[in-house]
Amino acid sequence: MSGGAFVGMPAFPPFPRAAHEAVRNTTLRANLRHATHTIRDKRARAVAELDDWAELREAGKRIKDETLRHLDRYLEQLEESVVRAGGTVHWAADAAEANRIVTELVRATGETEVVKVKSMATQEIGLNEALEAEGIHAYETDLAELIVQLGKDRPSHILVPAIHRNRGEIRDIFREEMGAWGRPAPDGLTDTPAELADAARLHLREKFLRAKVGVSGANFMVAETGTLVVVESEGNGRMCLTLPETLISVVGIEKVVPTWRDLEVFLQTLPRSSTAERMNPYTSMWTGTSDAQTADGPRAFHLVLLDNGRTDTLADEVGRQALRCIRCSACLNVCPVYERAGGHAYGSVYPGPIGAILSPQLRGTGSEIDASLPYASSLCGACYEVCPVAIDIPEVLVHLRERVVQGGEVTRRGVKVTLKPARGHAAERAAMRAAGFVFARPGALRLGQRLASRTRRFHPRTLPGPGRAWSAARDLPKVPAEPFRDWWERTRGGAAQGSGRQEVSGK
Amino acid sequence: MRVALFLTCVNDTLYPDTGRAVVKLLTRLGVEVDFPAAQTCCGQAHYNTGYRHQAEPLARHFSDVFGTDAYDAIVTPSGSCGAMVRELYPRMGERARAEGRGDGLARRLAPVVAKTYELTEFLVDVLGVTDVGAYYPHKVTYHPTCHGLRSLGLGERPLRLLRAVKGLELVSLPGAEECCGFGGTFAVKNSDVSAAMGADKVRHAESTGADVLCAADNSCLMHIGGTMTRLRTAVRPVHLAEILASTEEEPLS
Ligand code: SF4
Repeated sequence: MSGGAFVGMPAFPPFPRAAHEAVRNTTLRANLRHATHTIRDKRARAVAELDDWAELREAGKRIKDETLRHLDRYLEQLEESVVRAGGTVHWAADAAEANRIVTELVRATGETEVVKVKSMATQEIGLNEALEAEGIHAYETDLAELIVQLGKDRPSHILVPAIHRNRGEIRDIFREEMGAWGRPAPDGLTDTPAELADAARLHLREKFLRAKVGVSGANFMVAETGTLVVVESEGNGRMCLTLPETLISVVGIEKVVPTWRDLEVFLQTLPRSSTAERMNPYTSMWTGTSDAQTADGPRAFHLVLLDNGRTDTLADEVGRQALRCIRCSACLNVCPVYERAGGHAYGSVYPGPIGAILSPQLRGTGSEIDASLPYASSLCGACYEVCPVAIDIPEVLVHLRERVVQGGEVTRRGVKVTLKPARGHAAERAAMRAAGFVFARPGALRLGQRLASRTRRFHPRTLPGPGRAWSAARDLPKVPAEPFRDWWERTRGGAAQGSGRQEVSGK
Repeated sequence: MRVALFLTCVNDTLYPDTGRAVVKLLTRLGVEVDFPAAQTCCGQAHYNTGYRHQAEPLARHFSDVFGTDAYDAIVTPSGSCGAMVRELYPRMGERARAEGRGDGLARRLAPVVAKTYELTEFLVDVLGVTDVGAYYPHKVTYHPTCHGLRSLGLGERPLRLLRAVKGLELVSLPGAEECCGFGGTFAVKNSDVSAAMGADKVRHAESTGADVLCAADNSCLMHIGGTMTRLRTAVRPVHLAEILASTEEEPLS
């Protein structure tokens, strides 16, 4: 099984190897630490303000679960509603099909430029690269996406794709690259946030006013009305959604919610979880082209519904909860592994804990990176604790580890297939089997313990071979003179501890 | 009150002092302690590394050893092994059912799920004590381990116990709730990230000026302690049970 569904993606090294570099990059570590800790503290305060947070979280989880259970029904309802409102709906089974549909739609307008609202789905399918290959330039208009695009970089965070860059680096990128894409950066640009934002604003304004085609994703799609919702905080999305004549939205099928009322929950939990805001600054909602004659807005609207591994994920009882994700990125901001390894190590547009459970499901566990992602966690559980839709990420990680080491039945492109256990786990499997043998026999365990105790004078505090992974940074514990069980047998435990005994009343 | 000490394979093999401390402490509080000699391992490492099916016989063995009516409670000085039994045994039962293997596993594991307690839970919730009569004249900082904190929800219990220890000066640990980076096989499979997390934890412990970093799980302390000696830090790792067992008459050496 390969990651072929994600076009334009180079082969990524396995997580530990990528992280090896990142951990040593002190600038990156400092940037990430500062950024994630700031936003994590703010989120905690914003969430603590609501006394019904636990109920909102549970409600969000239930709405998503109910929708996923009847996804086929809600998608059909959505399609009807969108069509009724004057839109056109396209179904894309995978990245290649989605890219082909969008390319053809843009071509039909005769345009060679599109402006883009920040969207995870279009990044997942590599849309910009696919359009570029067909001579169509896609301009990112979200500030952080712009930084990534100008820097020929990869995003490293869901919400703040340029989180790995500091202000100085951003100023340099603007100075060097803006001119080649359009209006250059002003002379003498400094690294103050206001000046940087202003340079981006001027650069983007000319794109907004010229563009005839906008491309977006969506945070939510309401089945009953056919309304799409984009939640953003810079206002660039509003521009892209209203100024162009044609709007094309590429949206994962799991983004549907049954009713308008369901938004009530998510419009509270999403802003607080992602940017720590009480209310989201720019929430754009549109329903087909129904008001096109009387109001601003595109004259033509196309919705491309993207599967790309989602129905396969839905088929897995444990793993399907990953589809509840509303991409708030709270799990990234609290993750100690993400903080140290950085977003690029995850080899996908979905980094951090959610990426570690989403990529191996959407793409399968066939590649080195995807087979390594379920292990990119200490299972500390901080992600689960903050997740506004209660995705038990550690549970899914362990489930996917099982799939990697044991293989088993999975659904790929709608067909049930049986995976073989991944290579590279033979020694571990043997060790687990040996440990299982010993632990099934207390006598064998005791024998091993005694042997270790007797030879303890010869034990090194560091290890050669594969054990070096432990002892490169940590000393080994000293083996005691006797294991506990021998002491207990020798002294009967209680007998040696008889003194000072007192009864606790009532127990 | 008669309890079974579920010491865990790591403590049994590498940290017998912690086991002796639990026996001493509980006996002092009037609890009769037994160490069922047939105990081995709860299966946590197998389960968390993806070998759920190999963890099942270990769980069944655990249940056979501990699930008898002879014990009122099962007590363990390990947050993560306690969470394995309480949180993950039921899940193993559910998964077996979902795989069409019936209720057998769930039913077999149910008795131990219901009466397993992590040490601080047992002291505070079951015995209803926070002052266990301990004496420990040191400056101590406390690291809440992840499974104790998030899976079992130990909350303030360990701190309440520590605050009641005579002579002990408790100082708070910056970034206390951040994982130390152990994570079982994570420490080996992702050793660079794990070591970086461990070094940050040790740096924070050092910044408190404490002599002792206390936690209620020796697996994490093995990783933190190994990092401490490697970095030549002045802070020492000590299991909470050993602090609580220490008295003026018999101080912890
Ligand atoms: S998994 Fe949860 S916390 Fe992480 S991005 Fe998705 S919704 Fe947010």
